[in-house]
This record gives sequence, C-alpha cells and structure tokens, in this order.
Amino acid sequence: MVAATAVAALGLAACGGGSSSGGGTSAGAKPVKDAGIGKVYNPSTQKGGTLRFGITEDWDSVDPGDTYYGLSWNLLRNYARTLTVFKSTPEGAVVVPDLATSLGKPSDDAKTWTYTLRDGLKYQDGTPITSTDIKYAVARQLDKDTFPNGPTYFNDWLANVPQGYSVYKDKNLADLTSIDTPDAKTIVFHLKAPFAGFDYLAQLPATAPVPQAKDTGANYKTQVISSGPYKFQSYEAGKRYVLVRNDQYDPKTDPDSGRLALPDEMTIDLGVDAADLDQRLQAGTIDVDLAGTGVQAQTQAKLLADPSALANTDDAPAARTWFTVLPDYVPPMDNIDCRKAVVYAYSPSGYQRAYGGATGGDIATSLLPPMIPGHVAYDPYNLLKNTDGQVDMAKQELAKCGKPNGFTTNMAYRSDRPKEQAMAESVQQSLAKVGITVNLKGYPSGDYFKLYAGKPDFVKKNNLGILAYGWGADWPDGYGFLDQIVDSRTIRPAGNTNLGISIPAVDQLIDKALVTTNTDARNALWGDVDKAVMDNASVLPGIWSKGLDYRPPYLTNVFVNPAFGQYDYTTIGTTKK
Amino acid sequence: MTVPVDVEPGAYDAEPEAVVTGEERIEGRSLGQIAWRRLRRDKVAMAGGVTVIVLIVMALIAPLLVSWFGHPPNEFHYNLVSADTQMPLAKWGGISKDYLFGVEPVNGRDLFSRIVYGARISLLIAFLATLLSVAIGVVMGIVAGYFGGWVDAVISRLMDIFLAFPLIVFAIALVGAIPDHMFGLTGNGLRIAVLIFIIGFFNWPYIGRIIRGQTLSIREREFVDAAISLGATHRSILFRELLPNLVAPILVYSTLLIPSNILFEAALSFLGVGVQAPTASWGGMLDQATNWFQVDPEFLFPPGLAIFITVLAFNLFGDGLRDAIDPRSR
Repeated sequence: MVAATAVAALGLAACGGGSSSGGGTSAGAKPVKDAGIGKVYNPSTQKGGTLRFGITEDWDSVDPGDTYYGLSWNLLRNYARTLTVFKSTPEGAVVVPDLATSLGKPSDDAKTWTYTLRDGLKYQDGTPITSTDIKYAVARQLDKDTFPNGPTYFNDWLANVPQGYSVYKDKNLADLTSIDTPDAKTIVFHLKAPFAGFDYLAQLPATAPVPQAKDTGANYKTQVISSGPYKFQSYEAGKRYVLVRNDQYDPKTDPDSGRLALPDEMTIDLGVDAADLDQRLQAGTIDVDLAGTGVQAQTQAKLLADPSALANTDDAPAARTWFTVLPDYVPPMDNIDCRKAVVYAYSPSGYQRAYGGATGGDIATSLLPPMIPGHVAYDPYNLLKNTDGQVDMAKQELAKCGKPNGFTTNMAYRSDRPKEQAMAESVQQSLAKVGITVNLKGYPSGDYFKLYAGKPDFVKKNNLGILAYGWGADWPDGYGFLDQIVDSRTIRPAGNTNLGISIPAVDQLIDKALVTTNTDARNALWGDVDKAVMDNASVLPGIWSKGLDYRPPYLTNVFVNPAFGQYDYTTIGTTKK
Repeated sequence: MTVPVDVEPGAYDAEPEAVVTGEERIEGRSLGQIAWRRLRRDKVAMAGGVTVIVLIVMALIAPLLVSWFGHPPNEFHYNLVSADTQMPLAKWGGISKDYLFGVEPVNGRDLFSRIVYGARISLLIAFLATLLSVAIGVVMGIVAGYFGGWVDAVISRLMDIFLAFPLIVFAIALVGAIPDHMFGLTGNGLRIAVLIFIIGFFNWPYIGRIIRGQTLSIREREFVDAAISLGATHRSILFRELLPNLVAPILVYSTLLIPSNILFEAALSFLGVGVQAPTASWGGMLDQATNWFQVDPEFLFPPGLAIFITVLAFNLFGDGLRDAIDPRSR
C-alpha cells in the first residue's frame, strides 16, 4: 500500500496537480493522469479474476509466425515465449533473455549469433521445448505464401535461404543451412551480412517454438501450442478468444521477462464498436482496449473536459511519428532550398492540432521519437520556438531556390483518415502564406503505397511534391524505426516505405551502424542518421504520436511498456472478481 | 332529316359559365396555363418551389453572401477552437452573430460559409448529372418505344444491364483510378466532371423506361398515323410529333431525379470519393461530423439539415408539378 500511494504522489508531481485532493491517506491507488507512464499504477501481487480485452476489429493472426501488429506482439507474450523478449517494465525498451539463458553471443563480425536454451522449458502438453522447435518456427514463417502477414526480417537477413523455401516441402529442414542446432539446447543463426542488433530479431514472435508434429500451416492459429503462462481455451474466429492458465509453465524458468500472470483467465472480444468500446471501458465492462492506440477523438474531447475522468487516463507516447516527406525526385523538391522553404513555412502547431492537439502528440523536430535510444534533441529549423511557421525564413529560402514568388505543387494524403486530411489542409493554409500553392490529392489508404504515394512513377507524373506519411517502429531501436524509411537502397518501383529520401551520407551511416556491436556507439550513429535527414530538409517532422488510453481504476500493475507504446499485457491484474 | 333546333334568342350570348360574375374576361387556356393554375393552388408545392429558388440563388451569390455574413470557407480560426479538446470554445458549436452556424471542430472553419459554398457543389453536380441522365434517357426511351422490335429489345436489355450495375462500388473504384489530368481538366474540375459523368451516365435507364412506356402509347395515336401517311421522316416524327407530347413526364421526372442525385453526391462525398478537400461539400461535412456527434452535435445539424431541406423541397415541388400536369396520377 505504501508503494501505491507513493506512486500516486509521484503521478501528482509529474502532471502538475491534476487533482486537488492529493494522495497519501486513501486506501489503494488513487487514479492520477499518466500514473501508468514511467511507473506502475497500483502495484499488486494479487492473483485471480478475469481480464477482459476488447478490440474494434480482428488482427492479422494469433499465430506467432504470421503477425505484424504491435498489439499482437504485446499480447502473445502471454502464450508464446521467444528467444529474447522486451522486458515488462515501464522504464524503457529493454531486451532481455526469455527462452535463452542470455542475450545472443555474436561471432564472425556479428554475422553468427548463438543462443543457449534454459532448462525445464515445456509446452502446454508437457513435452520439452528444444532448439529444433525454434529452428522449425523460424523456418516455417519464411514461407510468405502460407504466412503473408509477418515481417520479412529473417528472409532478409538469414544466409542462403533457398528461393521459395517452405518447410511444407522440405520436411527435414535440411535445406535451411543458416540455422544450426548442434544440440537440443543450442541454436546458431548465420546471417548474410553483419547485423549488430540481432537480439531485436531474436525477440520477434517468429522465434516462439512450434512443435513440427502439431503444425498445421495456415490453420495453426486455431490451435496454437502454448509455451507461455497462458494457453488458448477457445478460439472463435473473428468473435472471441479465451486464454486460461497453462499449468505446464514454470515461472522459475522465466526470471528475466517480468511477466506476472496475475489473472486466472483472459478474454478477448473482437469486433466491438469503437464508440461502444470507449463507453464500456468507462463503465467497467471491458478492462483493456487491446488496440492500445488511445480512445476515439470524441471520447478524448469528453475526457479532457472532465478532470475526474481524466485521472483515469494515460497519455502514452508511442514509437510513432506522423510526418510528411518532400520527395527529392519531384521538382521543385529536388532543390534543397525549396524543401527548406516548405519546412520553414509549415505550421507545427497546426500539424499538432490536426492530430488531436497536445494530447495527440508532441511537436516533432526530427524523425526519431524521443523514446527510442539514440534520439538526440535536434531542431535545426527552430520549429519549437516558431510553432506557427516562419514566413520570413521561408521567403529567404524561396529566393535562394530561384522561386521568390513561390510555386505550385500537389500533396498526397489518405482521404479516409480525417486527421491526416485536417493536417493536409493545415499545411495547405500555412504554405499559402509564402506563396506556395498546394493542391490536395486524397487517395485511399489501402493502396496508398502500392499505387500512389509509394510508387515513384505515379508521384512524379502527378507532381506530388508533398507526401503525408506516418511510421511506427517495429521495435524501438534506430534500425527498427529508421531503416525502412530513409535507406535509399530500399526504394522499389512500387510499395515503398521510403517515399523519396536518398542521401548518400545516410546510407553510409546505416552501413556503419549495422556492423557496430557496441550498443551506445550504434545508437549514436542512428542519431546521426536522424540529424542528416533533417539537415537535408527531406521531411516535415510533424508530431511524435501519443494516445490517450483509458485505465479503469480497479486494475492493478498497469503501465505503458515503452517497447510497445501500449499497456503491458503480461502484468495487468484485476481486483474485479 | 334534321330537326331544326329551336334556339331561343339570346342563347348565343350566354356566358359559358353562368355563375361567373363580374367583368373578368374569359379566355381559352393552354394546358400549360391550366397546370400553372393548379400548381399555384398547391401551397405545399409552391413552398417547395420557393425553397428551391432560394437555394439556387444562394448558390449563385455564394461569394456575396459569405462576404456579408461569413468568413472565407477555407480560412482557419484556431482562436475559436480549444487546442486541447479540439472543440469550439463557445457554446452551441460556436454559433454567434459572426458565425451563424458555428465553427468546425479542430480548425474552426466557418460552417455557414461552407454550407453556402457546399450548395454550389451539390446543386451543380445534381443539375448537370440530371441533365445528362435525361438527355440520354429521353433519346434512348423514345427510340426504343417508337421503333420497337429488335431496337427496343436491345435498348431495354441495355437498361437492365445499367440498372444492375453496382454503381457505388464502381464510382469508388473509378474516382480512385482517374489520373490527375484528363480531357484538359485537372484537380477539382476533373473530380466534379467525373462525378457528373458517373451519376448522370448510370441513371438514365430510370427516365428511359418511363419515356419508352409513354412513347409506346403515344405512337398508336391518330396524329402519328397521320404524320406517317403524310410521309414524315422518322426524325420529324420522333422530335416534332412525339417529343412535345413527352415534355410533361420529362419535366416531372427531372424534378424528382435532382434530389436523388443530390443524395447520391452526398453519399459519394460521405464515402470520401467526392470533391477534394478542402472544398466544402455537404456529404463531406456530414462525414466529418459523424466523428464528433457525441460531443459536438451542432456540427452535424447544418449539413444534415441542408441536405434534408433541399431534397424535401425538390421532392415536394416535383410531386406538385406531377399532380398539376397530370391530375389523374393523384
């Protein structure tokens, strides 16, 4: 109880007095805004009860080998253990060993990575987990025809993966030479190039063991074999999943991850209406919004107007930036001074308002969000001091780029996203002040990268000099966030994630970072990449996203795990019985 | 063997309607005049008609109206909106004498101006699309009805095909697929042209079927036989003899098609394939307002009411017009 009130007091101090009564005498945790950020709200070891998740849709899959949603990676730690894992802690994104006894041991210039498994690991049916099961799990998801959803990092990094490799053709795993299992406790990965951050790959759900005998390919998701503290009791596709305790899970084999496994049961209701979900959270008939991206805009407006309800919220920072790319291959954006003019002219506060004001995110000064290691405060265009745009500076840059009276260009955005549209309208308004005419072009988000903003041919033909965008980290690390959006060598004819940033210096820095095994030195290099992108005026940095999450007061051990930017789904307990 | 009728003297001087008193001269009335008299007596239809005229005038003088009573439709007013909750600071969605219908959440644009400018988009698209439908529908209908036989069979099946077309889905796909420049048009001009084409081109069978039916009955009349026996060309029969007799149904169904086209345009804008932002359109405003209706219902009312009143006015007027032109249809 002492700890609980201390947390409440800390929360008060942190948010500058959100509630006048103050903590200290009341029993239990007193809800305070942001009590679950950087610290644990209502710590407790009390077990039991049912934790009820709700989500407005379904996600790609519960199969660890076929999922690419943050909420899914967060949740699946309850029923799947991986070689390494993001620690359940509010203090930062830390990779710790999970099935392995320690983090990976690199050799051969970080091209070979070795892990040793712990003793006493078992599946839900009591059979032991071996290194072959992990090799099989990684191998099966290389088959992207069967498992189209998951990330392709292992396809990209493992050495000698045969073209069209599939475990369903090669039952003995003989052709996959880049993963060795010299004994039942050891697994060795061979990469095609040095990759110093391999421990981040080892935490991907793909390394959760799958027993080959029980694998049914695309149908495995209906009968996932658990290696974690919970197992599936029922799987009703598109409707409801129920997880119950896995009695074969031994907490002694899991000393580092921070999993608490408090509730006896977890239920996940799918397809709950968005407005209904927000109301049920506040009414206490759903405990956690599984999507973890914050409440709806109008619920947010309602909560912000009500201090007592606001005390039950956390404005959680996400490893996501809503930014806008100025593609360097579309005139006049091929001229750095023209790009600088746009960067000076846009209104950072207008950008922020479009995404929900200060609650929706902080004004960004570069791409890399502050929560990601390597982030350095860098504001070469003084955006924080001039949040309404800088007309004079913009005009100077326009003169330098030879267009003193401005120019006309087009801006692409996703028309089915109201916030992005509001942002585009704001950019249009602020650029008009310096004579830059922007015509807005809305495109459907489903094909935004395949057919429109991610297709250089289309972008050039339609003179799209400004491209609205947003990017969330696959994991909070410079590589996980920046590589896919600034490395010019990832640019393809269509379906790009890099919408038009090609800077040779950035590519060189990335290559250097990939071979730097010292974590601090590597993070510093990613900070340099971030700076180089800003110096090149390749983006309007926009905002570092936050989401207002509702935290029912009766929950225990609630905190935002910086690795996911969501509540940690392995620690929450409930006092509702 | 005729028996001479014994006509009383003075009978030829009698007024046709003896009850009529006073000095008003009685004149023969054309069909149009009779219809106009009937229409004028129908107060509901007249109210609809007046509303329609007001709406059209409003759309035509939108810039003037906005300069008198409003602010430019795309101008942001951040000072009127809370940076925190994104809601209008003033009560009732920010309604005041400066902002007659209040302001939008998030960026504080003047709703009055956006409604007035939105009327231009709605009415322009609805009118031109209706014109297109009617033009195609009348030509196809009259040709099918007059010639009959295989011509009729082909055109009628064509109508069936068009009626079975999944129009909304097609519209969404087409608007997404059109390039930036086409037919010398670009940006919103092109968007509006495409919307007019989609709405107009695919709605012709409705009026086409009605015209075909009417033509089938009219072509059996004596004056058509007379024209044929006098050696009139098909063209002159179609457009000189038949078309003037079809003016009434064309007029009536055009008036009834306009409101359905207004709704269709609003639906497309609501689905995000209408005119491009930041141009105001009623459907687009309604779409935005649905994200805010719980906390800022005042945002929902202006576009909702604008669509409601416009569609109702056109429908009432169209109904009244039909009753006036063809009382049997009552």
